[in-house]
Amino acid sequence: MIVLDGVRKAFNQGKPNEFWAIRGIDLEIELGRVTVLQGPSGSGKTTLLTLIGCLARPTAGRVRLGGRDISGLPERFLTEIRRNSFGFVFQQFHLIKGVSVLDNVVLPGLPTGRRRRELTDRAHALLSRLTLADKAASNAEWLSGGEAQRVAIARALINEPEVVIADEPTANLDSSLTEAFLAIVAALKAEGRTVLMTSHDPLIYRAEMVDRVLSMRDGRLVSQAP
Amino acid sequence: MIFQPAIIALLLASVVTATVAVVASGFGVQVLRHWDITSGSERQLALERLTYLISTLLGLAFAVALGSLLLFVLNADRMASQFVGAMCAVGTLNANAWGFPTLVLKIVNFFLAGTWLILNEVDTRGWDYPLIRAKYRYLLVITPFLIAEAVVQAVYFLGLEADVITSCCGSLFSTDAATVAAEMSALPLVPSIIGFYTVLSATVVAGLVFIRWRRGGWVFAGLCALAFVVSIAAMISFISIYIYEHPHHHCPFCVIQGEHGYIGYALYLPLFAATVFGLGLFAMLPFKQIPSLRAVIPALAGRHATLSVALFAVFVAVATWSVATSNLVMRN
Amino acid sequence: MTDWVEKQRNILDFTLSSLRRRKGRHLGMLAVYAAIVFLLASVMLFSHAIKREAAIVLADAPEIVVQRMVAGRHDLIPGAYADRLTGIRGVAAVTPRLWGYYYDAALAANYTILVPTDQAVPAGSVVIGGGVARARGAGVGDTLSFRGYGGEQFFFTVAEVLPHASELVAADLFLIAETEYRAMLGIDDGAYTDIAVSVRNPREVVTVANKIIAALPDTRVILREEILRTYDALFDWREGLMLVLLTGAVLAFAIFAGDKASGLSAEERREIGLLKAVGWETTDVIAMKVWEGAAVSLAAFLAGYLLAYLHVFHFSGALFEPVLKGWAVLYPEFRPAAFVDVFQVLTLFFFTVFPYTVATIVPIWRAAIIDPDAIMRS
Repeated sequence: MIVLDGVRKAFNQGKPNEFWAIRGIDLEIELGRVTVLQGPSGSGKTTLLTLIGCLARPTAGRVRLGGRDISGLPERFLTEIRRNSFGFVFQQFHLIKGVSVLDNVVLPGLPTGRRRRELTDRAHALLSRLTLADKAASNAEWLSGGEAQRVAIARALINEPEVVIADEPTANLDSSLTEAFLAIVAALKAEGRTVLMTSHDPLIYRAEMVDRVLSMRDGRLVSQAP
Repeated sequence: MIFQPAIIALLLASVVTATVAVVASGFGVQVLRHWDITSGSERQLALERLTYLISTLLGLAFAVALGSLLLFVLNADRMASQFVGAMCAVGTLNANAWGFPTLVLKIVNFFLAGTWLILNEVDTRGWDYPLIRAKYRYLLVITPFLIAEAVVQAVYFLGLEADVITSCCGSLFSTDAATVAAEMSALPLVPSIIGFYTVLSATVVAGLVFIRWRRGGWVFAGLCALAFVVSIAAMISFISIYIYEHPHHHCPFCVIQGEHGYIGYALYLPLFAATVFGLGLFAMLPFKQIPSLRAVIPALAGRHATLSVALFAVFVAVATWSVATSNLVMRN
Repeated sequence: MTDWVEKQRNILDFTLSSLRRRKGRHLGMLAVYAAIVFLLASVMLFSHAIKREAAIVLADAPEIVVQRMVAGRHDLIPGAYADRLTGIRGVAAVTPRLWGYYYDAALAANYTILVPTDQAVPAGSVVIGGGVARARGAGVGDTLSFRGYGGEQFFFTVAEVLPHASELVAADLFLIAETEYRAMLGIDDGAYTDIAVSVRNPREVVTVANKIIAALPDTRVILREEILRTYDALFDWREGLMLVLLTGAVLAFAIFAGDKASGLSAEERREIGLLKAVGWETTDVIAMKVWEGAAVSLAAFLAGYLLAYLHVFHFSGALFEPVLKGWAVLYPEFRPAAFVDVFQVLTLFFFTVFPYTVATIVPIWRAAIIDPDAIMRS
């Protein structure tokens, strides 16, 4: 269970351009479900994802993960939690150019101190599951959009996280690739993983396996569809 | 002042290090004033980022302390030819009153920076950074020592005058110049051998007791400090003469030269490392009751104690081996 | 502990692959860095080599040289003084010597003219140093002519050119027989330039020197140890001066390195942001950058040092010769004996790697504290 309690987040605090991106959110997210955050751009969806995913600390309020208060943790410990509990798929995928697909996938595992061998074995397993086995050695620059996304998903899964976070995952994909993506999400859900996405794509938030859609506006939750 | 590359390098390094320490202390004061781990405010986030810079800087200071200690000793050895009566580094260090104080400060600063890094390591393993204030207060203690080293070293080097032929008529400079003390005064042989083996075995035993039962940590840490002093005394009073195979050459520095197979590195590196790890317990034991460190400290202290004991054992083994294989026979 | 090692290995692997990817970006840095190391290392190796040569040469010099002083100036010493020196306890051997300088107007160069004490040069012959041979274009069997003090011509046949080994001091030598020396320079029989004294027990050198001063108050006594000490100090001083002159270059290099390190490209910034987002901690990024610095430093240091080594030991330090070696016109041509030592490498490290590290440490930190959520906000 991920619990948010009176969470607020400010940028440029104390300066003339101070801006509150999140203005008080109370929320419980159950594990093992697929949740979609929906809302216009600038509504604070992505900021909320960063707070839940331990990428940033709330300015006020508490975030609890599995009963542990993680909002007061220094970056060093947040990073450890993020590395072990969350996997990220970014909007632009953000693969490193000039590096092989395999090396891109193992990236989050490098600072864990796991053996290189173990990491590459796991990466190969993930790549073949995502039908990319033959691409392991190719340069990440030369992939198509769909392939790049699947590499990004493999990268998100390398440390076996409980929660997968995806920011506008289908913004750069056509409908058939979006369907393929949803199939992967369904598989992740079937494995018992929690999936959290932002999206304004109806194909996503109306999809069948989505358990809950949250709408946001101006840094607040406006409605919660069941 | 003697104008010489190594001296310029040493002066440069010490001035930079002292400056860095002063700047880091300034940050440290900010941290002491405004630190609030529970806050998510941007100032707190900025302070947290600053702690990374300070620990990196202290890591650099530690590395420089080690390098400059070695360079200082090598340089003293190299310059011995320029002082009447100086046979090796000891003579150069005795050339004025500031040579040995500089050396001692360098060693002290090496241990201070080393224990700070260990304190930092402990602190960063507690999720609430429980030692942050202790750490930055300690930094404020270290900074004056680093400044002192820079000053004392500068005074030492500026005060050095090579005994050279200064004018065309300056005949026979050698007799006028006060000859520097070429040798270190040493402790009597047999008592120092007994003392050395007693203290070092006590240290190793105390270390093993601590590793096995987690008891007597303070005793072990104290013995590590004592063992360092006793080991240096032993280097001077008996290990050196067996290495040089010369009953009166009590020099702790010549051992790092090539003519003695660089054996000094095999002695001093384990000794200094063992002492740093041992002294590190002083940075852990007072804090073992802190909730966020209760699980961290016993494990870390055990690991450091193991390293320390192993390295002391290596030191004793190398020293014993050098004495045992020596051709020198001392009879009382 | 093994986790830590494994982690550093992983980070190092990644760093090296990043370096390979951005070869072009690092190449310029590497070249400047290596050039700085090269300059400083050349100065240090060269002056060290000279000191060693001098020490080797002086090892054969007499322990004590006695010169007569008249009105504070060096004058010829009577041969009779030699007998009085022989009588002093502790003296092993006394050798009166004849030497001086000869100015060759044709070449605008000074030769050191000398009557050897350990070998006899036949009358009419000359043994010359490599510098003289080169300047005069002379080889064995050639005849050289010189003007004496009274204007008359003297002719010498070259019997031998001195070997290369100790050219630093022997380059300008001109060895002739005693009778011709006296005739050519107008020095009376029984007068000598100075007297070399060797001492039985090296510990007694100073005692013997004091006795000489007491016995012959109009002389000055020069000890080999003092010459050696003076040479050491002099060459150290020159080396130090060169390095201070090069400090400007080191400083410029440090500023360049700091500037280069703080000017992260958008690409690199994005990459670090990504690493942070996927679970690299600030310390890990700092470790990566430190490894990067270490790799660049190591490469530059090795390259620069190797080039300096070749420069000094194979090309005789062509760039700095005039500054470091001195004032002579007949430059010695010498191949110093090659060597490397810990002391020098460490000193060089403090002059190059240390400034580089200090200059890049803050930029590294700045790069490492990029917010992990930056990539989501872009």
